[in-house]
Amino acid sequence: MTRDAIIKVRGLRNQFGRQVVHDNLDLDVWRGEVLGIVGGSGTGKSVLLRTIVGLNRPAAGSIEVLGADVLNGSREERLTAEKRWGVAFQDGALFSSLSVLQNVMAPMREHLNLSPALMRSLGQLKISLVGLPPLACGKLPSELSGGMRKRASLARALALDPEIVFLDEPTAGLDPIGAAAYDDLIGELKRSLGLTVFMVTHDLDSLYAICDRIAVLAEKRVLVTGPIEGMTDVDHPWVQEYFTGPRARAAQAKT
Amino acid sequence: MPAPTVIIDDSGPAPVIRLSGRLVTEHLSHVERDFASVPAGTGTMNIDLDGLEALDTGGAWMVSDLKSRLEASGAQVEITDSTQTRLELIHAVVAAMPAEEGVEAPPSGLVPWLAGIGEKTAGVGASAMSLMSFVGQTLASLVTCLFRPRRWRTAALVSQMEETGFNAIPIVVLMSFLIGVVLSFQGASQLRQFGAEVFVVDLIAISILRELGILLTAIIVAGRSGSAFTASIGSMKVREELDAMRTLGLDPIEVLVLPRVIALVIMLPILGFIANVSGLLGGAIMSWIELGVSPSMFITRLQENTDVWHLIIGMIKAPVFAAIIATVACWQAMQVQSSADSVGRHTTISVVQSIFLVIVADAVFSIFFAELGL
Repeated sequence: MTRDAIIKVRGLRNQFGRQVVHDNLDLDVWRGEVLGIVGGSGTGKSVLLRTIVGLNRPAAGSIEVLGADVLNGSREERLTAEKRWGVAFQDGALFSSLSVLQNVMAPMREHLNLSPALMRSLGQLKISLVGLPPLACGKLPSELSGGMRKRASLARALALDPEIVFLDEPTAGLDPIGAAAYDDLIGELKRSLGLTVFMVTHDLDSLYAICDRIAVLAEKRVLVTGPIEGMTDVDHPWVQEYFTGPRARAAQAKT
Repeated sequence: MPAPTVIIDDSGPAPVIRLSGRLVTEHLSHVERDFASVPAGTGTMNIDLDGLEALDTGGAWMVSDLKSRLEASGAQVEITDSTQTRLELIHAVVAAMPAEEGVEAPPSGLVPWLAGIGEKTAGVGASAMSLMSFVGQTLASLVTCLFRPRRWRTAALVSQMEETGFNAIPIVVLMSFLIGVVLSFQGASQLRQFGAEVFVVDLIAISILRELGILLTAIIVAGRSGSAFTASIGSMKVREELDAMRTLGLDPIEVLVLPRVIALVIMLPILGFIANVSGLLGGAIMSWIELGVSPSMFITRLQENTDVWHLIIGMIKAPVFAAIIATVACWQAMQVQSSADSVGRHTTISVVQSIFLVIVADAVFSIFFAELGL
């Protein structure tokens, strides 16, 4: 596989007031891989995700996604790039006044010129692709469980068949069976669609099961990237503790 | 980027539907009609994907939908492609295709319409009951707290008094002053026809002290503080903060509702009094400019001809109005369902209902005091 950088972050600096979250952070995400971002609480994993998708303006640095300059590009350039990625937020962030199906159809309605019947069918397809029952289509987000909301949010992120999906703690709060099914789903989508997945997660099972590479955030930058097998050799106390702790060993034993 | 195309090739023994270009969700609008116009046949048909440059789930859905449509009319359809991943994608999509419609159509007809009317009527009764029980709960927790000073939430009470009372003074003063100006101006132009200009003082004093000062203040406060009560407690309910309070052994009525109700009951009479003074001031200034009624004459006439009962009646109404506004606002906040939309809807309902109930109460007071002969 040729290594084609789909996301390029260079020299990123993020600070809130005096608190510096990222300093001179570099990161590459290759096309077609599942990249897991790990790091302790407060190391700015979600901030990094929000910065890449353009929700947070960094103090310095450059970000290139799908060849488009996210920070300084023209409005058109940004819009075209935005249509080619999807974001699933931690708690779903579904529009509370719309049903699940309407939520999934919302981006299609906005960006595509399709007939309503086709949009409905595609919406229903996305909803069943993420493993929700057809009955969920007509429900409001408030009527769904937390796990179902996460799936519905993924369905909305997939609505435009994006090339990159950003997931913020996708399996947090799911039961182990649901989390494993979610991992399978991501793996399946990655295989069949050639999807690139940028995933912030703490779930060691997910890291072992589906991530091709791991990026560890520590000391305000990406400390190390690489496949999970190599992580135990990294000479850093946090990384050592994270990947050789009892939970990591248990997760490793399963694979 | 080449748009997708659909070509039907009849030259071979079996018709072949050749797809080419980028069959992706973004471009589906170009070929939606072409897919629908593929004629149904009965023999063997092939769908050839070899010419495709890209295929995503949307495109795969179109292909498998076409296949099932042709098969429904009796054809044998085979999808051929040299790329295995695309066939896998189509298989994945077919496997995921929902078997049934997820959304039920809303029922229509005479019976559901009648049922709708019945449900709404029953809903009015149910919400009246729910308001009553909320008033009851509030009074009960008021009584329990009253004799236990340790449970008084003084900080919350004072901050609510500042927010709902003190911060509302500028708008109340301005509004009331302008009402005084308008009354004096309109009254003067009518009374001048009879040479009875000096009666404008009675007109302003009675209408402002007895009715308008308090009523308009109540309406402003309903719009300003009532909506704030509903929106803030309602958002807390959406974020399960009220449930969290209950699990910590805190009563949301005692913690959130009581300070607001008490603060408004204390502050609305004060705001009403300020509104009265400001309205009289506006009236006096306008009478001086417009009719030449000097301020000293205005005060003399006010003292001689206006019964102090007008002021008292106005002030008696103020705490009642305050209780209505605060209770309705907090009660509506408790009705909020778990969505952002619902917070907005209940905030609107809260303002409309409290203004309506304030005016109803005002009418009841008018009849009551008229019967008493005051």
